[in-house]
Amino acid sequence: MSIKETKFNSETLALCHKLMKRYPEGKHKSALIPILHIAQAEFDGWLSSETMDYVASILKIQSIEVFEVASFYSMFNLKPIGKCMLEVCRTAPCWLNGADELVAYLEKKLGIKVGETTKDGMFTIKTVECLGSCGTSPMLQCGAKYYENLTNQKTDELLENLKRENKRQTYTAY
Amino acid sequence: MGRKLLIEHVHVPGIETLEVYRSKGGYTSVEKAIKTMSPEAVVEEVKKSGLRGRGGAGFPTGLKWSFLAKPPGVARYLVCNADESEPGTFKDRYLMEKIPHALIEGMITSSYALGAHTSYIYIRGEYFYVARILEQAIDEAYAAGWLGKNILGSGYDLDLYVHIGAGAYICGEETALLESLEGKRGNPRIKPPFPAIAGLYGCPTVVNNVETIAAVVPIVNEGGCEYAKIGIGKSTGTKLISAGGHLNKPGVYEIEMSISVEEFIYSDEYCGGISGGKKLKACVPGGSSVPILPADLLLTTANGEKRMMTYESLSDGGFATGSMMGSGGFIAYNETACIVRNTWNFSRFYHHESCGQCSPCREGTGWMEKILHRLENGHGKMEDIDLLWDIQRKIEGNTICPLGDAAAWPVAAAIRHFREEFEYHVKYPEKIKDPNHFHKQSFLSSKQSVTI
Ligand SMILES: Cc1cc2nc3c(=O)[nH]c(=O)nc-3n(C[C@H](O)[C@H](O)[C@H](O)COP(=O)(O)O)c2cc1C
Ligand code: FES
Repeated sequence: MSIKETKFNSETLALCHKLMKRYPEGKHKSALIPILHIAQAEFDGWLSSETMDYVASILKIQSIEVFEVASFYSMFNLKPIGKCMLEVCRTAPCWLNGADELVAYLEKKLGIKVGETTKDGMFTIKTVECLGSCGTSPMLQCGAKYYENLTNQKTDELLENLKRENKRQTYTAY
Repeated sequence: MGRKLLIEHVHVPGIETLEVYRSKGGYTSVEKAIKTMSPEAVVEEVKKSGLRGRGGAGFPTGLKWSFLAKPPGVARYLVCNADESEPGTFKDRYLMEKIPHALIEGMITSSYALGAHTSYIYIRGEYFYVARILEQAIDEAYAAGWLGKNILGSGYDLDLYVHIGAGAYICGEETALLESLEGKRGNPRIKPPFPAIAGLYGCPTVVNNVETIAAVVPIVNEGGCEYAKIGIGKSTGTKLISAGGHLNKPGVYEIEMSISVEEFIYSDEYCGGISGGKKLKACVPGGSSVPILPADLLLTTANGEKRMMTYESLSDGGFATGSMMGSGGFIAYNETACIVRNTWNFSRFYHHESCGQCSPCREGTGWMEKILHRLENGHGKMEDIDLLWDIQRKIEGNTICPLGDAAAWPVAAAIRHFREEFEYHVKYPEKIKDPNHFHKQSFLSSKQSVTI
């Protein structure tokens, strides 16, 4: 897939070290989750075992400590995903306002089921639990952005825009 | 119009910037506390205010603060719980996104009161863009001297950091949150020891919800006694309610804890009634974990009193006929909503979110999801309803953290108040094949009384 070497550039590495300093002496493992987010954003939106080993080396901890954490949290992808992961909230308040219909619409439109990726590697559909956007449902998250009060038309526009942009939608807080 | 202490200025253009926030009286609580009050005096005001934790449990904040151990030479921490993952809850996001400095100001004043020199805001991973807003606001606060060394020349130092999570409801539970903040899986710890004695990195720690910490600002500014004048009884002050589901005007509202549930749902100042011209069928008033109530019991208690938006009134009647204020995630259901489907949806959520440490929760939530799935899809048997009841009872109280209870209560309440709807699913499997069965055929529970 990727021919990129599993290594941050010096700027990103400096950011990691800055984040580690937010925690007391000897407690820099606290920076694991923030750094995993950075790594995921940097290396194609998922965490390969090479990526996890690399993160372990930055934090000077065992690889298994990284895997333990990466496998616990739902935002870490342990398999490759499409450039745009459409994360549709399916929890009750969204369901009341059409989340099931939104998922069905996306499935039909993209010709894939939940959990699958389109052949061109562009879109993955995922269902997720309450994103704290229940008052503006149905909604989905793609990258760092929330798309709320969705209708069929707004969904069409969103897909068109994402296709036109044609880049990986990622997120980091820094 | 009720008083607004937290989001009064939410529509002021530029309120997310320090300059505009300051022009509206922002950061006066920091000045007042640091320049004119001892840390103990701040704690005292919070005690007097009667403020109760806004994260769900409603524990008195002043009391919690007074439990914080203060061994000499050991660091103390204040950690803000911005994990907000309880289905139906989106008030913290609103507050942080719109007025980030309200939380930062609250963090500084509260950290001063607790003697913390490093504080963290643990925010759920999905709120990345909100974290970015907070990071910016924190940078502004450092630049203006509200954070960092020797704040206002007082000799008090404070560093404040945002820490991002990665998608796990359980990390809202305070000890799981601390584990996660230490870079581990979010497995809740066995208590005691409580965080006030041994929390983050084994040091004394206070964990408070975003809204709780923001409420410290008006309490310090106006005095605890003034704050306590708002509300009824032990429900003092204002509360943010995030309202969703079948409502005409879903959204985040700041209410004085003295209005009735009826006013909240139907008045134009708040939710503006049930959407689509339909009738109210049921409501989960405090986030997915609290018991669902049928419309009649929601609006009036079993004794025939008007139900109010207060901790006491919402829980009046216990679990037999009452519910809870919880996190303030208010979910309204109209007559077309299927309670069995809703219960299945919530059970799937808890199964998905169980950390897996305790067998009753890990296994029980999965069993409940499976049984509810078959009931909802027309494959259920009458015995399944009693089996569900049995399983939820065996989860409740038998787990390290309250996620087990949170998974059990919605199931228990749904059976308690809507048993006939479960029976309907068993009796008429062909009628419920369509996932939107009740959209087409309204099914208002005719029964008013408690069945179990
Ligand atoms: C499963 C579970 C999830 C929770 N999620 C949250 C949450 O997202 N936000 C929150 O403030 N409290 C949450 N709590 C409550 C916290 O454990 C804790 O009581 C709270 O943060 C204390 O702050 P407060 O006293 O200001 O309410 C949760 C509790 C449990 C058991
Ligand atoms: S239920 Fe979908 S955002 Fe809350």
